[in-house]
Amino acid sequence: MDTVKFLWVVPFLPLAGAFLNLILGKRLSRQTVHFIAVAAVAASFFTALYLVVGPLREAYGVWKHDGRQGAFGLDEHLWTWIQAGDLKLDLAFRLDPLSSVMILIVTFCSTLIHIYSTGYMEHEPRYGAYFGYLNLFTGAMLILVLGSNMPVMFIGWEGVGLCSFLLIGFWFENEAYATAGRKAFVVNRIGDFAFLLGMFLLWWATHGVDGGKSLDFVMLRDVATAHPDIYEHKFWFDERLAAAAGILLFIGAAGKSAQLPLYVWLPDAMAGPTPVSALIHAATMVTAGVYMVARLSFLFASSTTAMAVVSIVGALTALTAAFMAFAQTDLKKVLAYSTVSQLGFMFVGVGTGNWSAGVFHLMTHAFFKAGLFLGAGSVMHGMEGSGDIRIMGGLKKYMPITRITFLIYCLAIAGFPLTSGFFSKDEILAGAWAAHHDGWPAFLGKMLWVMLTVAALGTAFYMWRLYFLVFEGEYRGKAQVAHPHESPINMTGPLMVLAFLALVAGFIGIPHVIHLSGTLGDIGHFLPEWVGLSTKPMEMHLSSGTTYALLGTASVVGLLGIGLAYALYGKGPSKIVDRFTAGAGKPLYEASKNKLWVDEGYDYAFVRPFRALAKGTFEIVDRFIIDTVLVNGAGFVMSLFSRVSRWIQNGQVQRYLVGVVFGAALIFWWTSRNDHPSFSYKAVPGGIEFRAEPGHGLRSGAAVRWDFDGDGQPDPGETAPVVIKRPGDVASRVTLFVVDPVWGETDKDGKPKHLARVTRRVKLPVVEAPATPAAATAGGVP
Amino acid sequence: MPNLSTVFSEVGYAHFLVLGAVLFAIGVGGVLLRRNALIIMMSIELMLNAGNLTILTFARMHGDLGGHSFAMIVMAVAAAEVAVGLAIVVAIFRGRRHVDVDRMNLLKH
Repeated sequence: MDTVKFLWVVPFLPLAGAFLNLILGKRLSRQTVHFIAVAAVAASFFTALYLVVGPLREAYGVWKHDGRQGAFGLDEHLWTWIQAGDLKLDLAFRLDPLSSVMILIVTFCSTLIHIYSTGYMEHEPRYGAYFGYLNLFTGAMLILVLGSNMPVMFIGWEGVGLCSFLLIGFWFENEAYATAGRKAFVVNRIGDFAFLLGMFLLWWATHGVDGGKSLDFVMLRDVATAHPDIYEHKFWFDERLAAAAGILLFIGAAGKSAQLPLYVWLPDAMAGPTPVSALIHAATMVTAGVYMVARLSFLFASSTTAMAVVSIVGALTALTAAFMAFAQTDLKKVLAYSTVSQLGFMFVGVGTGNWSAGVFHLMTHAFFKAGLFLGAGSVMHGMEGSGDIRIMGGLKKYMPITRITFLIYCLAIAGFPLTSGFFSKDEILAGAWAAHHDGWPAFLGKMLWVMLTVAALGTAFYMWRLYFLVFEGEYRGKAQVAHPHESPINMTGPLMVLAFLALVAGFIGIPHVIHLSGTLGDIGHFLPEWVGLSTKPMEMHLSSGTTYALLGTASVVGLLGIGLAYALYGKGPSKIVDRFTAGAGKPLYEASKNKLWVDEGYDYAFVRPFRALAKGTFEIVDRFIIDTVLVNGAGFVMSLFSRVSRWIQNGQVQRYLVGVVFGAALIFWWTSRNDHPSFSYKAVPGGIEFRAEPGHGLRSGAAVRWDFDGDGQPDPGETAPVVIKRPGDVASRVTLFVVDPVWGETDKDGKPKHLARVTRRVKLPVVEAPATPAAATAGGVP
Repeated sequence: MPNLSTVFSEVGYAHFLVLGAVLFAIGVGGVLLRRNALIIMMSIELMLNAGNLTILTFARMHGDLGGHSFAMIVMAVAAAEVAVGLAIVVAIFRGRRHVDVDRMNLLKH
């Protein structure tokens, strides 16, 4: 794999911008702040563009010329990050077809959103912090996308999680917004934990195989190619590693990309400023999960179970979120659920092995969803911050540009023929229809297709309901906002650019069934071919007749949804719907309006038990054990001792002298206390050994005398040593005398003095000495 | 343990030692319990002289003159101490019109 220089610049520029704005933002003028931020991201975009059309295209030519050997891409190795034992992790980036598409989407959308923010956040006091976070978000996403191994990807993965928390809770003075930020962070952490486990599992399975030392994507892929059994059998008996790792990683993706059951944070994420929603929903953050699955296509391709899980969860999410979007009355909430739903589409794409379709939809969705959110922001800007669609209507009169662009985005997301969403959604639908993998039931692909088609119908309906309620009919908000107005050019400009792309971006992924040749073919089939270079190819059989039929169905479904929305909402809120929601459809309406009570369910199932647990732990561990027992207990013991010492230390010398006197008395008593002398004895070869223990203090080391003949008087002779050995000629009662160390044995007049004594009964068989001639003559024992 | 009657039947070293101990104890009691600085100084004198008595007894017991000279030094030091101490007591009395040690607690605060 070849190397490339200056790839690091792409993520570095936004990070540097973030650094400047976060450190110095308060002291810089507003112009400087947004100049730094916009310039950093724009420069990053142009660098990325240069690297893709320059070095990467060149390398592609060489690679193709050399017969397509190995994985295609350009590496940049910055430094070795961690090296421990088998593990060697580099801080390295990789530019390959997949990441090239991603960095272009990310930097491009991000640039537009930055420009838009200069208008939308005009009156924000924390201007520098806002742009700093925005830059940081972009930089983290670029690290995620460019990282050439899983831990580097994880840096970005966590980085976007952090930034989403900071930006969703950007207006943290509002308690509800701060809660939304926390919710996003916590839910993401749940996914991240699974991501980490999946990563560890991959490392455990592949380290040491073929000299594999890192979690590099190419290495993992080569291992998968060379040793398919590793991914298929090396885990838990017959279970497949790829299934376990794939599902764990997918849980991570579900957290980041808002899939069931971890999608709950995304609808709340609208608490942040609207451009942030655009950034989260389009360029950064939620696309990370789809990208990760596409990046690890070789892993998911090894496990049809994991793929089934991914696509079923994706389809269910698409369906559920579309249902929830029906009855929302907040502009941004509808868009949020539509994002969840569209992400479900993408996961069905990657889950059916149709990687490029997933990435294709990711791209087109980035354009129209960024546009939709920016358009919504423009509407709210003109409506003095309100996002309630019940008080809108007829806004096309006041906001012509916003309205036209919004119309285009709605066409695209509904899959109106020849718009970008039409092509990308159709790719996914066709892939789902054709999907059949080992171990999949035959109906699974068709079932996915049916679910997605229903979801697509719902999407067209609720998006156009939104459009009609906001822009068509009569203006209903006179009471709340008297004069809605169009937004300035730095907000409408990005809207127009995105609208253009939402219209035409689909033409780089025209279905293969439409034969194009030459340059036209290169452009028309560009994206699937290009992304296909980075992903594991999966076979898909679909006759051209079926493809056309599917295309037709998709068009009809889109038009049907739009038509239905027009029929019901074309002239503003409809009586029919009101009657329906009040009557037969009330349960359905309530279910959609209350989002199927999922948040409430989570509240009861997880949040409250956790709160109770935390409260219990707080009361028992914190309040009782730490506060009462340890802290106050320590204080109580201290005060107890200090009470005693306060009595002694009263400042009166006489009180202290009491201590001196008692201390002196204690010393005298201790050193001269009359403890009892004793002695021990034991049999040794040839006799008995006596050991005197004269006592402690002044007595220790005192001279001793013995009475071995039993007459009660010390035996004559020198003061005997402490340890003495007798051949056995001792009476049954032996007495030890201890000579007073001060007064001696006699008084001044030479009279024998009273000595401390101890008498013991000695009864011990004498052990015969070894019968050697020397011992017999020398010892003279009878 | 010989009985007390034999110990006290004739005046011996033990009597001097016991007298010394009793005097010393009285001195200690005076120092610890009295509040009048003059009485305390007198008690200290008592303790010093009890010590002297004990030293002399032991010197006599061991036939050693060192003890006598030591007692002379103690007396000299005691005289000097009394001179200084009395001066202080008088000075305090002039200032405060009392010599109650319990009320001399300025250093405590």
